[in-house]
Amino acid sequence: MSDDEVDCKRRRFLTTAASVVGGTGVVLAATPFVASLQPSAKTLAEGAPIEVDISQLKPGQLMRAMWRRRPVWVLRRSEEALATLSGHQEELIDPTSEEPQQPAYAVNNHRSINPEYLVLIGTCTHLGCSPAYVPAGESSELSSQLGANWRGGFFCPCHGSRFDLAGRVEKGFPAPSNLVVPPHRYLSATRLVIGADEKGVV
Amino acid sequence: MSSRSGRRSRLLDWIDARFPLSKLWNEHAAKYYAPKNFNFWYYFGSLALLVLFIQIVTGIWLAMYYKPDAGQAFASIEYIMRDVEWGWLIRYMHSTGASAFFIVIYLHMFRALLYGSYKRPRELLWLIGMTLYFLLMAEAFFGYLLPWGQMSYWGAKVITSLFGAIPVIGEDIALWIRGDYEVSDATLNRFYAFHVIAVPLVLIGMVVAHLLALHEVGSNNPDGVEIKYRKDSKGMPLDGIPFHPYYTVKDLVGIVVFLILFALVVFFIPEMGGWFLEHNNFEPANPIVTPEHIAPLWYLTPFYSILRAIPDKLLGVLAMTLAMLALFLIPWLDKSPVRSIRYRGPLYKTALALFTISFIGLGYLGTQNPTGLYTLLARIFSALYFLFFLLMPFYTKWDKSKPVPERLS
Amino acid sequence: MRTAALTLIGTSLFGLCSLAEAARPLEPIEIDIRDKASLQRGAKVFVNYCLSCHSASYMRFSRIASDLVIPEPLMVEKLMFVTDKIGNTMEIAMRAVDAEAWFGVVPPDLSVIARSRSPEWLFAFLTSFYLDPSRPTGVNNLESRGTAMPHVLWEYQGWRRLAQQVENAGRGDSLSLEMAIAGRLPDSEYKNMVRDLVSFLAYLAEPVKPLRQNVGIGVLLYLAVFLAIAYLLKQEYWKDI
Repeated sequence: MSDDEVDCKRRRFLTTAASVVGGTGVVLAATPFVASLQPSAKTLAEGAPIEVDISQLKPGQLMRAMWRRRPVWVLRRSEEALATLSGHQEELIDPTSEEPQQPAYAVNNHRSINPEYLVLIGTCTHLGCSPAYVPAGESSELSSQLGANWRGGFFCPCHGSRFDLAGRVEKGFPAPSNLVVPPHRYLSATRLVIGADEKGVV
Repeated sequence: MSSRSGRRSRLLDWIDARFPLSKLWNEHAAKYYAPKNFNFWYYFGSLALLVLFIQIVTGIWLAMYYKPDAGQAFASIEYIMRDVEWGWLIRYMHSTGASAFFIVIYLHMFRALLYGSYKRPRELLWLIGMTLYFLLMAEAFFGYLLPWGQMSYWGAKVITSLFGAIPVIGEDIALWIRGDYEVSDATLNRFYAFHVIAVPLVLIGMVVAHLLALHEVGSNNPDGVEIKYRKDSKGMPLDGIPFHPYYTVKDLVGIVVFLILFALVVFFIPEMGGWFLEHNNFEPANPIVTPEHIAPLWYLTPFYSILRAIPDKLLGVLAMTLAMLALFLIPWLDKSPVRSIRYRGPLYKTALALFTISFIGLGYLGTQNPTGLYTLLARIFSALYFLFFLLMPFYTKWDKSKPVPERLS
Repeated sequence: MRTAALTLIGTSLFGLCSLAEAARPLEPIEIDIRDKASLQRGAKVFVNYCLSCHSASYMRFSRIASDLVIPEPLMVEKLMFVTDKIGNTMEIAMRAVDAEAWFGVVPPDLSVIARSRSPEWLFAFLTSFYLDPSRPTGVNNLESRGTAMPHVLWEYQGWRRLAQQVENAGRGDSLSLEMAIAGRLPDSEYKNMVRDLVSFLAYLAEPVKPLRQNVGIGVLLYLAVFLAIAYLLKQEYWKDI
């Protein structure tokens, strides 16, 4: 009888050991399969920083580039456009850019390095649609929908979120935070690198 | 009983009232009685299941990265090998798994020949198994085109040309199979569909049927004695033991040993000297230049050898087809009163030995250029191959078998 | 029955010994794809002498930089063309149609050349050019008769010619080469240079090989432990039988 008890203990120990070691093996074997789903070297290479020539951009004009499969906007703001960035702070969720939606050098009222040029990732912070650029005073179907008080900015067609000309989100709409400013730097007055800054490539 | 196991049993009761979980577990594992004398040869069934699992999982992952497009296929394999994180491991597992599958299956089939596992009442089990073997060959053949290397291309071209041997309609059939004048993007696309879904679907269904048939009639064993005729007072076979835990723990040892050999190949010799991954297949398909030396992968070469041994296109294809079909007939060709080779006489032992030598010999010759002595040898081996089947009714009847014990020795 | 099993496995393994192929016996060469210094030297030769006509379009510069421990700025400066990005694959500017017009064939991509041809063959090929005025390039090669490839490394090896002009010497087995015009390197140094290049080509064909082997050792160690446990477990249960 006592022999049987010893056997039982040994049996239970070995069963547990085999289950634990085998289970570990299964988890280890699954790791490469899970890891392989990450972006491949090709994808990462294609996500490298891009260079943008902004010499042709006129005041009030917005140009679109692609970086990491997303639209990146460069908007050249006129003096009047810059003037619209003050005086409506109470209507904004994050008027002073407290949330980490931009690099440190874009934490200012115009959310950019050079006040004239705004660089943004053109996808809504709600669910990723790309908002439309609607300047003030433009006579279009969209701007008439937005009303006479529209100071110019971005309007998301999917769920109606509104952003000002610094990409700051207005209260009362579904988007929770300001549009993202990607890391960027100026190579010269008219050439921009998007995806890398002084700190290096993201 | 602790509250935890109480909860667990309540959950089980809940499921059992709605789904035969315990019933299935008992019928196929805990109360499936298997003969207690399984030896080395009985590991390969569970190993085949393991390899099937490996192939399906790695295959699903490869399908995420592979591009079935004649212009991109070759590059997408190198993309998997270099750019996809751990892609190389997944690909080598799949390519090694293909050869491992055939090694395991050949040993599994040889076991049936040794112990007469195809004999009554297991004829249907054998037929399903043979169907599985041919599905596996089709699966391997379709898959081999996908890397779109030189061997892939010319191999597919040669095999699809076989259909051209059929009188009158042959060329039209070959054209229909390729979907183009030659093997091309159209062929690659349909082969991909067959490789990743059509054949695997049928294969898995047949594996389930194979297991159900096996558990219906019960496993044979190295003595070839039916264990279900001798039962204890509870109605359990005296010479049987529950599959679980005894054979689950035993198969676990087999699985780990297999995985060690598998890992040795995957991590240290994935090309296996050109046998698992051929050198020529690292050259992209080129419809203008046939490689100097072309042969199917090793697991198809026995039949390929028979094809080449016959100096006539139609007769060669016929002989190859017959060589495959003959395997299905074994349960009815074997007239011996005993199953296991342990109790058979010298005639069957000699026949099986010659057959085995011929099969391996044909396999080897199929990888070599068919010249002089090799062609002669291939003809001799082909003749021996067919004689094994043709004469089976006679030598199994005339053979002096030994008396079979009533219980396992 | 165990003997039968072993015989069967033995016979199958016997067949697995490696395919005999090349007509000329190839000299074995020692290459070490873990020797980073050798690979770096090989990479330099490759970029300077091969990459103008041959691409390696499955390989990224960045991968080479990290595998061979070459700092990225150095990589960009020394081993890449101005227009290339570090994440690009090693493409060439030459268009396939032009290449075909110039050479008669498109120079093959070299990413996996060391897997379709062996390193031994590549070494033999790169050391077997000889002067042959009948060829458009002025050279022929003992390993690949009538090759369209010119002797790119002639500066280093110099020009060699057939030692004895044998007419109709079918496969070149009996042929040997002798120096016609010496190059910048003595023979042994030229061979070292080619060895570095071939090592790099071998690395290029399967950059993951060192990692593969390292992971393999870990996996085998794990399986050895698991085997011990599984075996003890089996023995324990089978005491019942």
